[in-house]
Amino acid sequence: MGCLAPHPPHVVYAENPEQNEPFSEGGWESLRWGYHRLARKLREIEYDCIVVLTPHWQTYVGTHFLGLERFQNISVDPIFPNLFRFHHDITVDVELAEAMHDAAAEAGIITKMMRNQDFRVDYGTIVSCHMMNPDWDTPIVTISSNRSTHYYSNEVMNEQAAALGVAVRKAIEDSGKRVVLVASHSLSHRHFVTEAPLPEDMSREHIYNHSQYVWDMKVIEMMRGGKMKEVIDLLPEMIEQTMAEAEGGGLTWMMAAMSMPDYPAEIYGYQSVIGTGNVIAAWDPNSATREIVL
Amino acid sequence: MSEEPEILLGFYVPPHPHPLLAPEQNEGWGRLREAFDTSRQRIEESKADLMLIYSTTWPSIIGHQIQGHPSPVFTHVDDDFHFLGSMSYEFRMDAEYAECFRDACEARGLHARTVAYDGFPIDTGSVVALKLLNPDNRIPACIVSSNVYSNRAEQIVLGKAARDAMTKLGKKVVVVVVASLSNRMFTEHIEPSEDKIHSAKDEEWNRKILEFFADGRLEDISQLSRDIQGQIRVSKVVAYKPAWWMAATMGQHNNFDGEVLAYEALHGAGGAVIQLTPAKGGIGDKEFDEDDVEYYHGDRSVLDKGML
Repeated sequence: MGCLAPHPPHVVYAENPEQNEPFSEGGWESLRWGYHRLARKLREIEYDCIVVLTPHWQTYVGTHFLGLERFQNISVDPIFPNLFRFHHDITVDVELAEAMHDAAAEAGIITKMMRNQDFRVDYGTIVSCHMMNPDWDTPIVTISSNRSTHYYSNEVMNEQAAALGVAVRKAIEDSGKRVVLVASHSLSHRHFVTEAPLPEDMSREHIYNHSQYVWDMKVIEMMRGGKMKEVIDLLPEMIEQTMAEAEGGGLTWMMAAMSMPDYPAEIYGYQSVIGTGNVIAAWDPNSATREIVL
Repeated sequence: MSEEPEILLGFYVPPHPHPLLAPEQNEGWGRLREAFDTSRQRIEESKADLMLIYSTTWPSIIGHQIQGHPSPVFTHVDDDFHFLGSMSYEFRMDAEYAECFRDACEARGLHARTVAYDGFPIDTGSVVALKLLNPDNRIPACIVSSNVYSNRAEQIVLGKAARDAMTKLGKKVVVVVVASLSNRMFTEHIEPSEDKIHSAKDEEWNRKILEFFADGRLEDISQLSRDIQGQIRVSKVVAYKPAWWMAATMGQHNNFDGEVLAYEALHGAGGAVIQLTPAKGGIGDKEFDEDDVEYYHGDRSVLDKGML
């Protein structure tokens, strides 16, 4: 199964889990309730690992993989430290991470294992994984986002992320493990540069502009129609027009790893967060359990 | 109280961790480290009572963030160069200046806030600069972020707000900008001995910018910022902002004695340690066609004016 799981720290803030220091009065329910339903579905299926590609571990020199078994630390969001100061205890499937690293390297992709115990896992990984599995009872693998969009172009990013997806798929198949893939990002990604005095004041929350909304809806419609090859082909244009966070390669990587699904995505929710467009979507390869959620 | 701030020195330094963590692995990285050490000594001798850092590796979205924790403590690891090692730190920040800087930003129309949270991730560039330029925390410091959406007007007003706060508190200041020159790194892993500037074009532009710095032509570099962004800056952000901010903070003129203490490759990017000392008399005979700006008015609501 693959999930597009946006990571605004606001949704964790709004949940008030014991790991997070700030306290909220709620907010962003459309996203949170969507996440709750997705988390319930994930509890019904058996899987061994969550594999996340996150745009908040940005690497310019290749693609990196977490390579140590456990990370305990506090994650403080550099942008929204008032909302997210999360104490985490993360278990990593190092064997699978190394297999993915090796498969990617074999495919000619520049790679690196991250083995510094002081390394702080990025908040994108933490937000997406917490909302999908708040019990944190499954190991993860985190893959960094190579910034080929910045260094080359959106088209090169698409090509390289797709190649990474194919390599990761091979590693997963060879391992015999069942995994949930996670592309941790939003759709349109233009933020407001000011924040309401009470961040969870939902009377202040809306999409940054209508153009962003139209793009988001177009892509969601194509997801519903099972047109993921077309979505990936369109992605460079969408990134250009909406500053879409798919620039980090997450969606392209995940769709390539799933062989470009031609079946409908499950849509769990859409909502703006500080102006950005966020959809929770999942691709269930099992037609017997695939649902029309929204 | 003087109407002009007392800025003693300005430094432009690279953000990469190599001079801090691995100066022995490459002669050029070692020369950068020596330049950092020379700068540290000169800063110590300057009798400054504030080090203000603008770091291009601290991006912000909600306006401009200013580090206001009096004593941040953590161990930082770089996203790309984690294999070089960890950077443990305990810094001494000037929380009073941070608050005053924020107020000055707001008085000029900017959205700004201080951040003072245990465990806040101070960025690689700031950590490198503070550990090498101010290792014993002799001088209280302050760090300001680089807003990802901001452009020229906002950066210039941000620099002027920094001056307002310096003047108000009567600070003697060392201004530090943490930024590369050309910022294109090699996208593959290289042996330290193989490091060089990524391309001849980057090298040529870097040398030209260094000529300007050596002549003390900071305002001229600021005016060339858009050209520099287009020619040698990877489009991670919309503009080459550090020159705008540094020039505005240091008075918008060319009246400096410039000294390039080192210029070397850092995984392909251009890394330079440059000192600017305020001086009488400047160089250059240029005037420019972009307006100066005193107050930031924000978005002009173009989209709300309806479709043509």
